[in-house]
Amino acid sequence: MLAKRIIPCLDVDKGRVVKGTNFVDIRDAGDAVELAKFYDAAGADELVFLDITASHEKRDIVLDMVRKTADQVFIPFTVGGGLSTVEDMHAMLQAGADKVSICSPAIKTPELITQGAKRFGNQCIVVAVDAKRIGPGRWEAYIHGGRTPSGLDVLEWVKRAESLGAGEILLTSMDADGTKEGYDLALTQAVSRAVKIPVIASGGVGTLEHLYDGLTKGEASAVLAASIFHYGEYSIREAKDYLKRKGVHVRP
Amino acid sequence: MLAIVDYDMGNVRSVAKSFERVGIESVLSDQREVILAADGVVLPGVGAFGDAMEILHKKDLVKTLLEVYQRQKPLLGICLGLQLLFDYSLEKGYTEGLGLFAGGVKPIETELKVPHMGWNELEIKRSHPILRDVKEGSFAYFVHSYHVVPDAEELILATTEYDGDKVAMVAKGSVVGIQFHPEKSSLVGLQILKNFGGMVDAR
Repeated sequence: MLAKRIIPCLDVDKGRVVKGTNFVDIRDAGDAVELAKFYDAAGADELVFLDITASHEKRDIVLDMVRKTADQVFIPFTVGGGLSTVEDMHAMLQAGADKVSICSPAIKTPELITQGAKRFGNQCIVVAVDAKRIGPGRWEAYIHGGRTPSGLDVLEWVKRAESLGAGEILLTSMDADGTKEGYDLALTQAVSRAVKIPVIASGGVGTLEHLYDGLTKGEASAVLAASIFHYGEYSIREAKDYLKRKGVHVRP
Repeated sequence: MLAIVDYDMGNVRSVAKSFERVGIESVLSDQREVILAADGVVLPGVGAFGDAMEILHKKDLVKTLLEVYQRQKPLLGICLGLQLLFDYSLEKGYTEGLGLFAGGVKPIETELKVPHMGWNELEIKRSHPILRDVKEGSFAYFVHSYHVVPDAEELILATTEYDGDKVAMVAKGSVVGIQFHPEKSSLVGLQILKNFGGMVDAR
């Protein structure tokens, strides 16, 4: 039976992890490659790197980080942030990323999804959606790191992204993000039911129960979390043991 | 020395690096001489079946791979590389494959999510050198929307449960096919790659 996935998300700036680098017992926890290796050994099922490097000129540093990670980490990982052309995607995938995640560029240029899927395979293309609640059962997709409303209804957008060739949806609730009060379960469930492709829930995790809720009530295939793992509140092992006790199928 | 067939279908670097991790040297190549000179050959790949066959034909690699098979050199197909070893695929119409394994590639038809993406357990059907020290129930990382359906069950080494048994590994003679990604399946995957190295050494 397919296991539900637990995915730590690492924010990186110029190849350095910028959040939560002070807990793990490794020599240089700001080193993205070292932290990725740590999470691989700890039992993470996949990793997501969110590249927040502002300057395009620093791209080589990011590519170098991706290359080194791919050389040493033998679980799948996704890189997102700042990829706006098929060439950008190609560079990341060639460097060793298994998937690329695109958010605003996918909305601005939806053909990018199709072009990427055609060239690299659907499974490589993760469409990230930043969703903000605008009414009961209604959410709007935001762009530019959540600063600008796109006018697109989230449920319509994810269905369109799927038909264009997306292989997976990385769904972040902007309302829940940072609250530590749990995923937006209504959103997660609505999106999971709207598409046939897997959905990764993101935004709002504060407890292990939230992970459980995202995977059960939210019907997500995977849960993404950052701070609860990075600040050592819970280990991947504790999360998996908890989920297993509650009857969720996870990889040991 | 292994040759990893590099034919523009996905990133092959991870495969090479995984072999390196278990102490096996490999070279990336699309050259007939290099591939035929290697002790074992790996055919990786992600993407569409039709595109892959087109490139293999264009690069004149179809004949080369058939020759690898005829010479009974160990040959390992991974993911799309496994699917290409079958007679045909129904992905986006009908495309003829390499025909080393009798059977076809068909869409995964299920109410569950497609692609079948993530870690799933292996049910081992018979013993084989590629499965040395791999335990029943080991998790491996899958990502595919199409699956292989062999004509004969005897081909099957391992299956995985996803709305019914799906083929995870097949083998016949010197050829092994793996639907999941051993290069992304952590320690279990590395063990399998090491075992392929063992098959090459034993030959």
